[in-house]
Amino acid sequence: MSAATQAARMAPPWRLPLIVLALGLAAWLLLPEQLGLLTRIAVTALFVLSLDLVVGIAGLATLGQAALFGVGAYAAGIFALRLNPDPLMGLAVGTGAGAMLALASGAFLLRYHGFTFLMLTVAVAQIVASLAQKARDWTGGDDGLTGFSMGPLLGRFSFDLEGQTAALYALAVLALGLYIARRVVDSPFGLAVRGIHENRARMAALGTPVIPRLLAMYTLAGALAGTAGALSAQTNAIVGLDSLSFALSAEALVMLVLGGAGRLHGALIGAVVFTLLHHTAASINPYHWLFIIGVALMGVVLMPPQKAWDWLRTRLGAKA
Amino acid sequence: MNGVLLETRELDKRYGGLHVTRKVSLQLHAGDRLALIGPNGAGKTTLVNQISGTVAPSSGSVWLAGVDVTQRSQAQRVRAGLVRTFQITTLAPHLPVQRQVELALFEREGLTGRAWRSIDGYPELGAEAQALLRHLGLGAHAGWPTERLAYGEQRLVEMALALALRPKVLLLDEPMAGVPQGEGARLLAALDALPGDLAVLIIEHDMDLVFRLARRIVVLAEGAVIADGTPDAIRNDPIVRGAYLGH
Amino acid sequence: MQLLANVLIDGLAYGMVLFIIAVGLSVTLGLMRFVNLAHGAFAMIGGYAAALLTREAQWSFWVAVPAALALTAAIGALLEALVLRHLYRRSELEQVLFTIGLAFFLIALTNALAGPQVQLIVLPPLLAQPVDLGFRTLPAQRLLVIGAGLLVAAAAAWTVTRTRFGVWLRAAVDHPDTAATLGIPIRTVQCASFAAGAGLAGLGGVLGAELMPLEPYYALKYLVLVLVVVAVGGMGSLPGSLLAAVVLGTVETASKYLASEWGNLFFFLAMAVLLAWRPNGLLKR
Repeated sequence: MSAATQAARMAPPWRLPLIVLALGLAAWLLLPEQLGLLTRIAVTALFVLSLDLVVGIAGLATLGQAALFGVGAYAAGIFALRLNPDPLMGLAVGTGAGAMLALASGAFLLRYHGFTFLMLTVAVAQIVASLAQKARDWTGGDDGLTGFSMGPLLGRFSFDLEGQTAALYALAVLALGLYIARRVVDSPFGLAVRGIHENRARMAALGTPVIPRLLAMYTLAGALAGTAGALSAQTNAIVGLDSLSFALSAEALVMLVLGGAGRLHGALIGAVVFTLLHHTAASINPYHWLFIIGVALMGVVLMPPQKAWDWLRTRLGAKA
Repeated sequence: MNGVLLETRELDKRYGGLHVTRKVSLQLHAGDRLALIGPNGAGKTTLVNQISGTVAPSSGSVWLAGVDVTQRSQAQRVRAGLVRTFQITTLAPHLPVQRQVELALFEREGLTGRAWRSIDGYPELGAEAQALLRHLGLGAHAGWPTERLAYGEQRLVEMALALALRPKVLLLDEPMAGVPQGEGARLLAALDALPGDLAVLIIEHDMDLVFRLARRIVVLAEGAVIADGTPDAIRNDPIVRGAYLGH
Repeated sequence: MQLLANVLIDGLAYGMVLFIIAVGLSVTLGLMRFVNLAHGAFAMIGGYAAALLTREAQWSFWVAVPAALALTAAIGALLEALVLRHLYRRSELEQVLFTIGLAFFLIALTNALAGPQVQLIVLPPLLAQPVDLGFRTLPAQRLLVIGAGLLVAAAAAWTVTRTRFGVWLRAAVDHPDTAATLGIPIRTVQCASFAAGAGLAGLGGVLGAELMPLEPYYALKYLVLVLVVVAVGGMGSLPGSLLAAVVLGTVETASKYLASEWGNLFFFLAMAVLLAWRPNGLLKR
């Protein structure tokens, strides 16, 4: 067995965002017909990234992350409709809305563990969704929030019909969100949260204030989810009740697991693969889609991707 | 200051009809080496849990360096210098050993609220962690996830974490428990080399270890202290013999 | 007051359906600590079997339903023995994900085998009539549902407290490690309980078919409601589940009759309040 006298050093935090920017730019240049899809992938990736902070890093299984996304979306939409169509201000508003809901609900939710916590996240999300449906005057209710259009980004770049501005905007926000997430996860705070995930009793025995740390991470995740929601509202010019739905939370969880939770890049991989697959399969019978996803999920649990990669590597290594 | 670092006053705990801790009053001074022994089910771990703050007592109080910490959380007591280890190894399984020790150091220095600079950006703490691990003979495995270590080495990591926090009072809950025959030497050496001014309370069943380390022994039976004295006095105490033989 | 009576009766019936389905999930969670999000599929399978037997094979309702339950229980037993038992030691999240995948798979399979349309169960004429109880007339179907719920609760209580299997079950739940050393056949207890829970879910699917229409998405659509009942009632606590189901069923029915623009807000609000107040279950402290 190899000796390892030092823990592996952290990768520089700008590396992954730069890779994402490079790939995104390449796609933007080479696939001008698919900019809508590219935007959707970027928004989804940011959302799943926010979920990774809660599920993968902090170890809190949640099925209510969509509430934070939807709240950001509605906040940004209402802001653009009633106050100011500037995209960056709207982005800030959406981010703030997600953070505030996460802070408020997290302070309540984090007193519970395991299955109870999971069910309470569902409850909170459903309550928010019901409230949004009821408040038709603000949210448009079942019909959705429409009628707002975004002003030019930074005062210069208007959102064109081909979606060029939107795609670059979404990519840039994703890269920035990724950079922030990377820095936070690799910081002492991030390490402490990972420690809490792996063994809460151990962290309490080290003197860590467990709940405040988890709440801080949950709030950050809420902020990023709100950012993703705001992006979605701004690039689609519509916000529907499905942005608060249980189905969205469940989908994000599936994407995260398929891509691999806990390392941040897994969230991106899951989002990209799942969205692309769903896009191509959209014309096929939706039941076939469920069949594929169902088998994939069962397969991933029975044979986790990490183990599969290891197995593959040892097979190839043995041959060489 | 009369040097009493840890004191319990009439600590009492009931679980429904079960009286597990009966008005236990103890005092620990700087440099003490106190062994807490007793038959199985005497309530030793429960007592330690109440001292460390993992469990709340039904009545009575815990005092740390003259301050009443009974209402304080475990984390607060740790920050005040009261550290414990666990009978069953409690480590973060996937974190590399070095990172876990660094976590203890970050916690000690109050840095776990810092969310921007990378953990590699604190070279002094990294060096301290590595030095501590080398001191305990764990240097070769610093990069391994803790679950890959042999059980005896994991117990050493538990000790390393406790020491990294620079405690004033250290509660060791059966440090040798479950350690296979050949792996105990380094752990014993570490126990021998604990800082001189540290107040240590150790729960142990291994009598050889107890008589090797302890300068004072407290015997607990059915939740109450039945004897408190030097190793020789305890060895010859008929009440103690009765308590052990009676079970 | 007529409205109040309707709300209470319909709420009680709805609650009974939720309870009957929830029994299996609660036992599984309490006994095997296994989160089975495919549990709704058993309700669906039971309902579908009854529908197909009464409609296609023209069996009598009173024969088709027991057959459907037996089939569902058998499928549950097979699933448990062959696949699910290997997941008992896995993390909560892994269990959640596997069983969601299984639910997706079963939804797709159901659609492939029986199509996407709603399945109707042919009720015998006996059940379509109103029954005069003296102080009120009730649709017979409602009476059947409420009666079935009480019967299931009584049977469960009797099994747990009066039979050897019940002793085994309680020992296995409360003291899992010692139970095996005492010679209790843990695997049998687990598999049998799981199968019984599946069968009961099937019964719930049949009885609730009017309120919860049988179509392929059934497996996941009503799962949240059942999960809520189990969470609020407390894992492994059948009396708790009964109480939770009746309370929440009545809240949901009242909300549908009196405040339908609010959607299921009150259901989840009630759930959050109850769960926050008693996180380990209504009847546990």
